[in-house]
Amino acid sequence: MMYDITIIGAGITGTLLAHELSKYHLNVLVLEKENDVAMGATGANSAMIHSGHDPKPGTLKCKYNLLGNRMYPDLCKELRVEYQPVGAFVVAVSEEELETLDKLIRQCDERNVPYEILDGETARKQEPHLSDEVLRALSLPTTGIVMPFEVAIAAMEEAMLNGVELRLGYEVKQIRKEADFIINDEIETKVLVNCAGVHCDDITDMLRESPYHVEARKGEYFVLDHLDGQFVSHVIYPVPSIKGKGVLAVPTTHGNVMLGPDSEVSVNVDDNSTTGAGLEYVRNEITKTVKDIPYHRMIHTFAGLRPHIDLNDFYIQEDDQIEGFIHIAGIESPGLTAAPAIAKDVTEQIILPKFHAERKENYERRKAFIDISKMPIEELNALIRKDPDFGRIICRCEKISKGQIKDVIHRRCGARTIKGVKRRCRPGMGRCQGGFCEPEVTAILAEELNLDIRDILLDKDGSEVVAAASKEEL
Amino acid sequence: MDRYDLIIIGAGSAGMAAARGAYEAGIKDILVIEREKEYGGILQQCIHNGFGLHTFNEELSGPAYAERYYEYLKDKDSICFLYESSVLKIENHIVTVLSPQGEIEYEAKAVIFAAGCRERPAGAIGLKGDRCEGIYTAGTAQKYLNKSGYLVGKKVFILGSGDIGLIMARRMTLEGAKVIGVAELQPYSNGLARNIKQCLEDFNIPLYLSHTVEAVKGTSRLEKIILVEVDEKLQKIPGSEQEIPCDCLLLSVGLIPDNTLLEACGVRIDPKTKGPIVDDTYMTSIEGIFACGNALHVHDLVDYVSIEGEKAGRAAAAYILNETEDAPLHLNKTVDGISYVIPQSFRTNDDHEFMFRVNRVFKDSYIHIYGNGIDKKIKKTGIVPSEMQKVKLKKEELQELKGDLFWEVLS
Repeated sequence: MMYDITIIGAGITGTLLAHELSKYHLNVLVLEKENDVAMGATGANSAMIHSGHDPKPGTLKCKYNLLGNRMYPDLCKELRVEYQPVGAFVVAVSEEELETLDKLIRQCDERNVPYEILDGETARKQEPHLSDEVLRALSLPTTGIVMPFEVAIAAMEEAMLNGVELRLGYEVKQIRKEADFIINDEIETKVLVNCAGVHCDDITDMLRESPYHVEARKGEYFVLDHLDGQFVSHVIYPVPSIKGKGVLAVPTTHGNVMLGPDSEVSVNVDDNSTTGAGLEYVRNEITKTVKDIPYHRMIHTFAGLRPHIDLNDFYIQEDDQIEGFIHIAGIESPGLTAAPAIAKDVTEQIILPKFHAERKENYERRKAFIDISKMPIEELNALIRKDPDFGRIICRCEKISKGQIKDVIHRRCGARTIKGVKRRCRPGMGRCQGGFCEPEVTAILAEELNLDIRDILLDKDGSEVVAAASKEEL
Repeated sequence: MDRYDLIIIGAGSAGMAAARGAYEAGIKDILVIEREKEYGGILQQCIHNGFGLHTFNEELSGPAYAERYYEYLKDKDSICFLYESSVLKIENHIVTVLSPQGEIEYEAKAVIFAAGCRERPAGAIGLKGDRCEGIYTAGTAQKYLNKSGYLVGKKVFILGSGDIGLIMARRMTLEGAKVIGVAELQPYSNGLARNIKQCLEDFNIPLYLSHTVEAVKGTSRLEKIILVEVDEKLQKIPGSEQEIPCDCLLLSVGLIPDNTLLEACGVRIDPKTKGPIVDDTYMTSIEGIFACGNALHVHDLVDYVSIEGEKAGRAAAAYILNETEDAPLHLNKTVDGISYVIPQSFRTNDDHEFMFRVNRVFKDSYIHIYGNGIDKKIKKTGIVPSEMQKVKLKKEELQELKGDLFWEVLS
């Protein structure tokens, strides 16, 4: 089979690029080695859309952050996923930090990033849990929040509705360049896009010596349960230091709060373990900006990897030696924010000039995942009359019905694993963390996919939930 | 909107006992709302025996115990059970329910909340290490095994000596898994003495006191845990790490009253029990809303849940019938050694049985209960946090009390 474009990696850049390309008459394939999309950096990060006040001037990070930030509200409306323009406070707690804050304010002026300067007292009125030490806050109203995997899943679903092919569990082991690219001796493609995250350099090495080296940098987080009133309603940043953006308090679109990341040390590309040191660092540093943290509401900890490259900027270009080979590498923070702008630029400036592709006239839009909590009662009751499973609550913490779980399983790019269901419609994201509903989600997956319960995976391949039938081992 | 005298949320041991208590006290018009397809709550997955020694003088299995209560209720025509029905909201005695019949509101003169408790998950204890399959709370493993017939692991280690973990050590052994050991952070067990004997000792499963799991390791499935010993300050002893290969880690590290709905409707929560604050009629801080069973505070034995449920049912009936006597409330205040006392407040015009837990192990000691007008010491030998204590105080002992009543342990 011959493709026009093959994208390696179904994270936020790969899926948004596939989505952008699906608007044109092009034959597009996405290859992903995991069993779902958004399993790498996209699945575990700070989940926020930065305003663009921070990246170094003149970098691609700066350019695409600013462009991407402006695209998100419309993109999320288009993809029917939640985007919340919550705004951010960058808070200074010392004279020295006030100087850094002034530098950020100058950058906002230069970049047309809207802002407001608040004294400590005013800021604390809006955010009662800000630390008493906060002297001044830079308020950034264009900062937003999304669930990154929701964006990637929706982008992939819509791309597939419009003809893009996705192969999950497909690992690229070998690439040859003849007239076209030949992957694993079986897939032919005219253009090859490398969106492989922490594996970008491995992919490039299959064709040439990679001009960059990717380092996996780990960030660890705490997740707090949703409260009666959210612990913070804005993203709270400390002023950046040489160590990076610092430890943030980030509200999520579902009412939780994340605290993190830690200092982002380099680790193996498959090491997403949480550590005592990492979580301790978060606990210590976060007290600089916020107080009275309700740790008794902690329900989860996680670690995410970011692909950092030694060039200290995104690496986005067609290869200087191999025509048709496109790098989208080093997409660490603010990569989530930048991704839609990168997808658009790569499509319009690098890929489209190679093909005389017309824009599709009949573009099919995805429907939002069914969310019974957002439905007017008449509409909900009509839905339940059609399918009573929408009245059967499976996840008691997040109030997710069986009907919703069936919906996310039977979509394009549908859920195949327990975590796949969780990423799409949230059973297991609440305070019991799946303790009550996981056995039921397992049974629903088996029933809907017509699989044996023993084949149901928690997450990655090899993570079968059931180890044996009772008495089988006796 | 359908109206009832009394709505009970949960048809488990507490809810069914509450229905019985209310019915016997003269309230006939009762709606019991249950999220599962059948009555019984968590009892339905507790297929081991040992239930009912106090209430029926028999050792029953969980489902059989539940059936005893259901038998009493089922032919009472005015008691209506709703199954597969989840309460979404409680507001001004209006209960919003979602079920395969749709979203429906019901109104009642009083509501008893009896929705049980949940297990503390790995995330809440900040378990460190890899994100791998094979880490379960004991109750989830119990549901997989007893309801579906599957083991979630073949080589199992258990963190925490709570009763469900101990019960699962025996269950998984009997069903073909190898249970390697149980680690308990505290220097004493958190489970009932009989469970230590019958579930661990009888099967030669070692109990590691003052030990915890420092990290879990595994790429897609759990491969090993790192077990460490802790000192008296519960800090890890350097050099005590040992790797234990296993494919499953069960957590039995605490139960928490499932108070989500009560919190959302503004009921005051006790930071110690994590359940609502109640008076001696089991009424919460919102008038006409009552709570009992594990939704109020976590019990050791289902028998005690039933006793409390019946009392709450009778009290709610008295409220509906306007029989509750108006008298000033006194607060129970905890001093050294006491974790909590239920109820948190009471009137002095009646006898009361108070339930409390100590916050550490005491050998020979006195429970000292005192206040302006009362000073009482009760001798106790060997009290541990895992065993709920009860003290009866008569009306005559309480009637001179002015102000708060204080509770402490004198060792």
